[in-house]
Amino acid sequence: MPQPLEILPSRAASIAEAGKPGGPMNCGKTSVAGSVSQRACVFCGSRVVLYPIADALHVVHGPIGCAAYTWDIRGSQSSGPQLFRNSFSTDMQELDIVYGGEKKLERALLQLIAKHQPKAAFVYGTCIVGLIGDDVGAVCKRVAAATGIPVLSVASEGFKGTKKDGYKAACEAVFHLIGTGDTSAISPYSVNLMGDFNIAGESWVIRGYLERMGIEVVATITGDGRVDAIRRCHGAKLNLVQCSGSMTHLAKKMQSEYGVPFKRVSFFGIEDMSAALYDVAKFFGSEELMEKARAVVREEVGKIYPQLRAWRDDLKGKKAAIYVGGAFKAFSLVRALRTLGMRTALVGTQTGDAEDYATLREMCDPGTIIVDDSNPIELAKFCLEQDVDLFIGGVKERPIAYKLGIGFCDHNHERKECLAGFVGMANFGREVHASVCSPVWNFVPRRASRLRMNGECRMQNVGPDLVSAPQSAISNPQSAIGRAVA
Amino acid sequence: MVPHAPNAEGEHPDFPSGSTNPCKLCTPLGACLAFKGIAGAVSLLHGSQGCSTYIRRYLISHFREPIDIASTNFSEDSAVFGGRKNLHTALDNIGRQYRPKLVGIATTCLSETMGENMPMLIGEYRKETGARKAETVKAATEGVVEFPADSPELVHVSTPSFKGTHAEGFHAAVRALVETLAGTAGPETQNPKSETAGKSPLAIFPGMGSPADLRHLRDFCAAWDTEITLVPDYAETLDGPSWSDFVRMPEGGTTVEELRALDRAVAALEFGHSLAAAPATAGTHLKARFGVPLHRMGLPIGLRGTDAFCAALGASLSQNEEGRMQNSESGSASATSAFCTLPSSLGRDLTLPRKLAAERGRLVDSYVDAHKYLAGKKAVIYGEDDLVAGLAVFLAETGITPVLVASGERNRRLAEAIFAAAPELRDRIEVREGSDFGDIESRIEELKPDLLIGSSKGYKIARSLGVPLVRCGFPVHDRLGSQRIQLLGYAGTQQLFDRIVNALLEAKQEKSDIGYSYL
Repeated sequence: MPQPLEILPSRAASIAEAGKPGGPMNCGKTSVAGSVSQRACVFCGSRVVLYPIADALHVVHGPIGCAAYTWDIRGSQSSGPQLFRNSFSTDMQELDIVYGGEKKLERALLQLIAKHQPKAAFVYGTCIVGLIGDDVGAVCKRVAAATGIPVLSVASEGFKGTKKDGYKAACEAVFHLIGTGDTSAISPYSVNLMGDFNIAGESWVIRGYLERMGIEVVATITGDGRVDAIRRCHGAKLNLVQCSGSMTHLAKKMQSEYGVPFKRVSFFGIEDMSAALYDVAKFFGSEELMEKARAVVREEVGKIYPQLRAWRDDLKGKKAAIYVGGAFKAFSLVRALRTLGMRTALVGTQTGDAEDYATLREMCDPGTIIVDDSNPIELAKFCLEQDVDLFIGGVKERPIAYKLGIGFCDHNHERKECLAGFVGMANFGREVHASVCSPVWNFVPRRASRLRMNGECRMQNVGPDLVSAPQSAISNPQSAIGRAVA
Repeated sequence: MVPHAPNAEGEHPDFPSGSTNPCKLCTPLGACLAFKGIAGAVSLLHGSQGCSTYIRRYLISHFREPIDIASTNFSEDSAVFGGRKNLHTALDNIGRQYRPKLVGIATTCLSETMGENMPMLIGEYRKETGARKAETVKAATEGVVEFPADSPELVHVSTPSFKGTHAEGFHAAVRALVETLAGTAGPETQNPKSETAGKSPLAIFPGMGSPADLRHLRDFCAAWDTEITLVPDYAETLDGPSWSDFVRMPEGGTTVEELRALDRAVAALEFGHSLAAAPATAGTHLKARFGVPLHRMGLPIGLRGTDAFCAALGASLSQNEEGRMQNSESGSASATSAFCTLPSSLGRDLTLPRKLAAERGRLVDSYVDAHKYLAGKKAVIYGEDDLVAGLAVFLAETGITPVLVASGERNRRLAEAIFAAAPELRDRIEVREGSDFGDIESRIEELKPDLLIGSSKGYKIARSLGVPLVRCGFPVHDRLGSQRIQLLGYAGTQQLFDRIVNALLEAKQEKSDIGYSYL
């Protein structure tokens, strides 16, 4: 007999249920040792935020692992330079640990900058660097003086906090660039996009909507990022902060230092995407802008709505599990799933705070399980108990879903599908529908035995209806690429 | 061409200060992969949380299987005061959640640099849990609580990522498993499988093959009517079926009991041209400590590689089972015999099972069928020492020249290993250790290869060159079925060989203005 799936006692306070009374969630702490957390580390937080700055050199100072695992894995696109898709590392060896790695780092930076001519360089410190006490800041200063480009140290030693501390270190590094560029030609209607990483061209999609409203996007931080754009981004009139966990720190610093206000937004789902555009119009206080925003929403929703309704008919009443990095994405996904007629039965994040979880408890239907910093056994247990039809997560969660015969939608940084904006909502609907309604689930043991018990012999799912889902009905994000490049 | 040699510091002359697009991964990844091949084992990384998550994601993207790796999750405090508490908490929590038979503990660069005294920390934990368990057993005897589960075996492997690569981490973990467990069986539990009195099955240390390769090795040995203990054996654990209920730890893997009984193995076979020159391995330990006969050879890829494997199998079986092989040999003329004898690539006759002789025959036949398509073709191959050495020796048999053989390892034995096994390649190819894709790219323009063979990480170069990439080894992150790519044995080589030939044919067909459908 299978043993019951046990929740570690030290994890119990990090799990809640919507609709049931309870105190604040235990969250924002380092993971329990041996719990098999799905989280990464400080380095990951920094690397994930800075990675898409396309014309910068990103050098990982440490042994090879951290550089190898972050080499060209993400869906972040660039309309120009591809330098960021390489993996540069000091590849520290035993002697470097014994004698210190500063000289090696300096040589590496000088050689790589000479070879690749980047606009700036970021140097990520990994665990060992913090331990052996290399003065990375001093090396960066010397190399900056010698090469004439900004060389920025990112204090991202893996053990010095959680992924959130990595976000903060990345924000600190980017902040050094801001305020060093010319802001003279910037429009009074201008924004920066923060916390969008241009996965599958998403920044271009959002930029397209804003430009149709007559808004200038000064810098995208960091999706399709450029050093020169970041240098002058303090000239924008508003910061739009998506993925609030990673970039709020930078937005707050810009507010206090340069007086640029910020708004938290999300570009996932029809509701949140529309709200973001309306918020921008409201901020600039222009009825003309608001009318343009309405026009964009009307036109874009009109393009996708018939298709969404068709999918909704198939997906109605199906249940989903969400396990993602940040809470803002989770909020949007709960709403986007509702648009598709689906209910969220399990929702968790790696980095949510107490306030975020309180929001989730309120917005989710009673009975929904809410978890912070979960692990494979917990996720499997709740997926089985809640009997979900879909799991939304990243690569690490995918095999849990698939082995249990559950559909899956990748909503992490490695994905190559555009899921932001209105076009992204259509792609999201297609992804969800394609997986949930696939005929393969008829044959996986967990579902097959249920069919047998129900005495059914016909296949429940026969696959997506190809006739009702013409690809051409949904505009291609690639067209937005053309606009952005032009 | 002079084989490339790293300088005195083990650094690369073209990129003396670091790496551009690495052709290696860190040591703990290899250890985690090896531990996945032990039944009921969970890996625990003693260090920061990120290491386990990155390695999980990297392995999952290749195998498409759940891979749980725990972490002791160091904080700044543990980095200052030591990770004792974290290690003990982690072991407790793993025990609760997974009820493992074995926990493989690998120390990352962080805990290695701190100089954590692992034997002491693990010893303390054993002592504490032993005392706790004694109390629980007492309570259980009195009917108060349930009897406790058996404590898992704890195996530590030192895997500092600033020393070696994932390949070294893999071999170090295999060695640690054998050093910790071989010879620890009580007399009554010895000899779990073999019919031969007092002996355990033949041990094979296959290196980093694919799950399909490992399954084929079992079939290969079954044709010799012999059982084997594969260490590690992730044939099922990393290529398993869909579940009907949650599975904490998948079926399959080398059992702890099989590991304990390795001291009495009839012989040990250890694959890897480069590993064969390593001073301390699982195989050398069994030989030095327990007198187990050891055969060290390259990966059985191609005719020469697989013939050598057959010869070693034949030798180790005939030593222990007097008569069987002789009987078979004398009966080789008879159509009913399971064995036959044929001239081999080893310069002497080889006796092998008919089933394998047929596979061998088909491979030779396909070499002939394809030879004109391959004549003068140039390949760039990259990956772990042992993989590229095996591939180089095989390619040389077919008429393809492996013009550049690149490895991320720095053992300074790759070139000699290749030239010893394929002397015809000496002075005709470039062998680069401590290499990376930046380095490989710098040689590509001059070498103008017709194809690349290796992991999916070479795709960028293949794409810019407009030549095919035949994917094998680890990782393959851009195709389905990475866990089923075969290259070991005659049949595995056949699969790889067909793919190589067809990749070249397809490239030629695609580039042709006419587009013949009859080639």
